[in-house]
Amino acid sequence: MYSRTYKIIVSAPPLLWVSLFLLLPYALLLAHSFWIVRDGVIVHQWNLGNYGKLLDHPVYAEVFLRTARIAASVTVLSLFLGYPLAYFMSFHARIRKDLLYQLVIVPLWVSYLVRGYAWKTILGSDGVLNGFLEYLHVTKEPVSFFLYSPFAVILTLTHIYTPFVFLPLYACLEHIPHSLIEASHDLGAGPRATFFRVILPLSVPGVLAGATFAFVLTLGDFLGPMLVGGPSSVMIANIVQSLFGTAYDWPLGAAIAVCILLLTVALLVLTELLEKRWAFR
Amino acid sequence: MSRVARGNSARAPVLAAFSLLVFAFLYLPIAVLVVYSLNQAGVGGFPPRKLTLGWYRQLFADSSIWDSVVNSLLVALGAVALSLVLVLLAALALDRAEFPEKSLFRRLVLLPLVLPGIITGLSLLLFVDGTGMPLSLLTVFLGHGTALLSVATTELFAGLQKMDRAQEEASLDLGATPWQTFWRITLPNLKLSLIASGLLIFTLSMDEIAVTFFLLGRSNTLPLEIWARLRRGITPEINAISTLIFAASVILILIWYQIRTRTIGKEPSELLERP
Amino acid sequence: MTPRPSSPPPPIANGEGLLEVRDLAKRFAAREVLKRISLQIASGEFLTLLGESGSGKTTLLRLIAGFEQPTAGEIWMSGRRLDTLPSYRRPVNTVFQHYALFPHMSVADNVAYGLRVTSVPAEEILSRVDAALRMVKMQEYSAARPSHLSGGQQQRVALARALINRPQLLLLDEPLSALDANLRKQMQTELKSLQREVGITFLFVTHDQEEAMALSDRIALLRDGTLEQVASPREIYARPATSYTAQFIGQTNLLRAEVRDGMATCGALRWPTASSNGPALFSLRLESLQLASDTSAPPGASRFRARILEQIFSGSIEQLELNCCGQLLRARIPARGVLSGEHEFFFDPSHAVLVAE
Repeated sequence: MYSRTYKIIVSAPPLLWVSLFLLLPYALLLAHSFWIVRDGVIVHQWNLGNYGKLLDHPVYAEVFLRTARIAASVTVLSLFLGYPLAYFMSFHARIRKDLLYQLVIVPLWVSYLVRGYAWKTILGSDGVLNGFLEYLHVTKEPVSFFLYSPFAVILTLTHIYTPFVFLPLYACLEHIPHSLIEASHDLGAGPRATFFRVILPLSVPGVLAGATFAFVLTLGDFLGPMLVGGPSSVMIANIVQSLFGTAYDWPLGAAIAVCILLLTVALLVLTELLEKRWAFR
Repeated sequence: MSRVARGNSARAPVLAAFSLLVFAFLYLPIAVLVVYSLNQAGVGGFPPRKLTLGWYRQLFADSSIWDSVVNSLLVALGAVALSLVLVLLAALALDRAEFPEKSLFRRLVLLPLVLPGIITGLSLLLFVDGTGMPLSLLTVFLGHGTALLSVATTELFAGLQKMDRAQEEASLDLGATPWQTFWRITLPNLKLSLIASGLLIFTLSMDEIAVTFFLLGRSNTLPLEIWARLRRGITPEINAISTLIFAASVILILIWYQIRTRTIGKEPSELLERP
Repeated sequence: MTPRPSSPPPPIANGEGLLEVRDLAKRFAAREVLKRISLQIASGEFLTLLGESGSGKTTLLRLIAGFEQPTAGEIWMSGRRLDTLPSYRRPVNTVFQHYALFPHMSVADNVAYGLRVTSVPAEEILSRVDAALRMVKMQEYSAARPSHLSGGQQQRVALARALINRPQLLLLDEPLSALDANLRKQMQTELKSLQREVGITFLFVTHDQEEAMALSDRIALLRDGTLEQVASPREIYARPATSYTAQFIGQTNLLRAEVRDGMATCGALRWPTASSNGPALFSLRLESLQLASDTSAPPGASRFRARILEQIFSGSIEQLELNCCGQLLRARIPARGVLSGEHEFFFDPSHAVLVAE
């Protein structure tokens, strides 16, 4: 039905754009990771020095592990908050479901900066939370660890990523045909048995998708730590960012970025494979 | 067939309470932000005492903030224009054309969606640096156009799938050329989807930080202007502008949602979009 | 206006009473879907709920299954109140219209589900699942996933999954409507013999009147939320209570007649009847009209002449459209070659059944 010219006209511009502005840049990133900086200038000398540095100096592995830990915490907490919410909305919300859904997406789109900043003002030493606690005479002095700590980073990022986890989960739950729930009841399973035997297994693809997104995005997050984190909560993307900034070592930064990229892609591929195995439709 | 709303059976008071708590968690910080934008004594402390619009007045007098707003608008509108054209073509290509690397193309287009912003931002920086182009709003514009391509493509693709193909076939059958069919049938059908995608790109572009961070020249976009000030210290003026941003985003997203449900129905999609 | 005959809870045909529906009503928003239905189902019988879409038949089924709550009325089973129990405590199982097989479980796990959730011991489960699958001839597919099965195969699994729990009552919600015509006929036969073999009471919902007549011990015809008639297929066919029933099941001629002193007159047609004087509506089945030149009319037959307007041949039958002095009639006679012009017809007066409006 569509002529060859049509197909070429339609495919060429996006293909060109994507090749030029995505494929090429990612390739450049990879290339830079094999170059070095000498006397403040980037030299195109191909070597594995950067990767060697990453393996030799323990600080990188340390920060990487810390980042992974924070990402895992954020993912788990987001699931803990997001799953019951999605379940409640899908199975108990009735008429208000649509409105509630909109209420959940709105925070998702409101600027990251706005939300991060909000937490900054709440958690600070002279912030709202401390003021609140002092007002209630729960504390006498401001608590300092609320802000500029891994706690603050995890809290803020959980706030940011809970709607992320919610979305695919909710979509997945909504796709479970109501007749399956009825069939389960019909066969003698009460609400709890129905949840564990029917709903939960069928919601796994949604959980996987949401968890992967939250984990991957937290892994590469540098804004959160810059807003509410302190020295003990520096994450791997912060190191990259400073290497491209004041620390000026683009090749090393590129090398770390490539590692993040590879890890991300690996996780995504893994999730996709798992989802295929669990696909029942 | 099932006329029963789910949840007709058991009430779940515990779940309802928990859900309420989650909503509170999601909205309380923003509520605090808004309240303290009106607090005379500024940010922090409790409880907020005197309410005033003073900070907003100060905000409106602040010219550099509004300069950055203009910059953001320029970039956002540019990104919308560029993206819509590219995205329309890309969605059509994915839907209709067959070429060997199609699945690779699809993955590549969707990649910025799932990668942390820093990766895409850095890669584009290297590209721009390689071509010798100076960093400016233009480079920011390129960055947004590329990064937001994925978001809009999935959006428009969904709308395209819902379109009735038979209409195009009928048009061809009645003697219209493919070009005519495109303008008279396909495009009008996609009108709502295009508007929805445009709104989405606009909103995301206005809020974009991660990619912008690395591609910025001397002129700041709004988020980065705020960011720069934050480094210097917290002021309630920032609360004020944040509140305004929040209000604007809410309105835009609610409009977007209304349009979207009209195009692809109320089925929630599994698509994820980055902040 | 002739009043609709009242429908008290119809008498039990065979076995003792199993399920009783008393004054059951259901309202959705502003619409009354079921209007005070009362019905009794006998143990071991195959009862079909027949009706158009919107008649309330599916709603009634779902009320008995427990997926909806009645707005008024009660449901009793074997002397115990059923409607106050949640669906997972009722000794009732359902075969869903689109089977509702669990996609993440194998066929065997699907069938075993009801036993597992009620903590039946594992060895017993194994043997019962095997027996259930054999009963529906699906034992080779026990490890397969539902998505790999055809519609007919899924349907059998759904049957096995329901029957394995030995329910007192099996509900079937238009289970054959998603199958193609040939498969449908085959499954109808299998279902009927299965029911006889297993002896469980079947409550079957369909909109297909031929299906209802082929399968049921009794048919309950629903219309707009009320029971139009409840009777055996032969009874409901030969003696429809209302014009709606007469037209919904089979095809008929509706004759508006005037009865005077034992004779009913409708245009040029006259026949003796036991009805009282006054206007009356009669149903005369198409096959009751016979061609005089083919068969000799028995004494007492009511004769008339009519002109043939249309003749439609369909293999073993001719369907005729007749004009009898302005009265349009339809007849069905054995195939006998092309006819034209005026012919003499007759019918047995006892085949003209008085029906309510």
